[in-house]
Amino acid sequence: MNMRETFAATVDRAMDEDPRVAVVLAAISTEMFRAPASRHPGRVIDVGIREQAMIGVAGGLALTGMRPIVHSYAPFLVERPFEQVKLDLGHQDVGAVLVSIGASYDASGAGRTHQAPGDVALFDSLPGWTVYAPGHPDEVRDALAAAVPGEHRVYVRLSEEANRAPMPVSGRLSVLRTGSPRSAGVVVAVGPMLDRVLEATADLDVTVAYTATVRPFDREGLSALAGAAGNADVLVVEPYLRGTSAHEVAGALADRRHRQLGLGVAREHEVRSYGTPARHARVHGLDAEGIAKAARDFFLV
Amino acid sequence: MTTAAALSRYADLPALIGLMEGDEKHTEAAHSTLDVVWVLYDRVLAVTPDTAEAPDRDRFLLSKGHGPAAFYAVLAAKGFLDVPTLRSWAAFDSPLGHHPDRVLVPGAEIGSGSLGHGLPLGLGTALGLRAQRIRRPDGAEPRVVVLVGDRELHEGSNHEAIAVAGRMGADNLTVVAVDNASSGHGWPGGIGARFGVEGWEARDVSGRDHDALYEALTRPHAGRPLAVVARVRP
Repeated sequence: MNMRETFAATVDRAMDEDPRVAVVLAAISTEMFRAPASRHPGRVIDVGIREQAMIGVAGGLALTGMRPIVHSYAPFLVERPFEQVKLDLGHQDVGAVLVSIGASYDASGAGRTHQAPGDVALFDSLPGWTVYAPGHPDEVRDALAAAVPGEHRVYVRLSEEANRAPMPVSGRLSVLRTGSPRSAGVVVAVGPMLDRVLEATADLDVTVAYTATVRPFDREGLSALAGAAGNADVLVVEPYLRGTSAHEVAGALADRRHRQLGLGVAREHEVRSYGTPARHARVHGLDAEGIAKAARDFFLV
Repeated sequence: MTTAAALSRYADLPALIGLMEGDEKHTEAAHSTLDVVWVLYDRVLAVTPDTAEAPDRDRFLLSKGHGPAAFYAVLAAKGFLDVPTLRSWAAFDSPLGHHPDRVLVPGAEIGSGSLGHGLPLGLGTALGLRAQRIRRPDGAEPRVVVLVGDRELHEGSNHEAIAVAGRMGADNLTVVAVDNASSGHGWPGGIGARFGVEGWEARDVSGRDHDALYEALTRPHAGRPLAVVARVRP
């Protein structure tokens, strides 16, 4: 199963187990929720292509004590109804689990209208959101297992790109490779970036760490890894807007001299091209080759 | 609370508003809603300070958050708010701002101010009560009443919710549209027609006539959400 199918299957089970769980859709993935909709009348609500109402309805459901799970393509879930996300959830002080598909450029052939590399940066402008960018379908299951029983505000960013093996969704940085005491620094791979980061840094003396839990960011863990490395230099490779987590790195390393670089989707220009996601990754320097070159330059090797 | 008991009538509302705005200032926005909000809390809604958190209470959502003095005055008259609190209105540490915040105001179901949010929130609330099959001991289904302004209806988010509520037959949802003819581009055919065409029961009454408001808000409308257009003088 891919991430989207894992999401639907996990929510299907959650609806049987937790009567608070409701699903709010805006005409996307409706078929995938047909079965739970028939088993649980009134708890799968498809408002049609009306994304402001989608978030507003979710806020209203939460005001009655339900646990809404809201789902669409990232631009239509986060960007189009952003004021509803801010006011109908955050300002009302209610929770919801927002689950997007499309990531930054899964819909490469669809063009800019269906791409939202700025989604995580937008959530950074609002207090109190937990953000997951899973790197494997099993991590989608684990992130939802942590998110659904609660009452807080959670964003889960699904992608068609995935790593070969799942990692624990712990909220902490997981170390994949530990550099020597004289190492060049630390590389943090987020979600689907892990496999290519490992390949790109195979011949570098660096510590490689992973997280699917983007917010809250494990500042303590990064501080410890940077302190143990030969240099407190940190390269963050994220599958969304370049430098989104730069302020987290700066906060984690505020007490020591350090350098940092963020890789991610380019901020400077809009890629007015179609083709495959792999090709878009190359354009943004997010393929193994691009990451390897940026890492060599940054770590001065 | 003797003060509250003494200031609990309709005739006391101007004095309560005066505690916030002073005797001189009277904003049109605040007072266009006064009679509607009073009739709702006095005669229509099944909610009191004691049941303000009860799952089966009726809910009033002030979507048009501008000019909330009338709303605060009614909440004080009905005992949700302490009367002396009104004097602190808009001070830094007051729960009462120029737009209500549900986290701060006892009895406020939503925070509002930015227009066009209350109706989708109210629809979600109505659907949530229905999905959970929440009923009062007498079998009555709790109702959700959203107050919007005619100018607020410009916001497209309202029309998303109007269409969905009509199609889903959410008859536990009521909208009161206070129409003081402030909509710049107007509503050809009347505001009620916007709801009627989407499957709502639409009623048009004077927003100052308490008995007419009561009748329009309480006459059955099975299977269809209810829109009451309450006309007030511009």
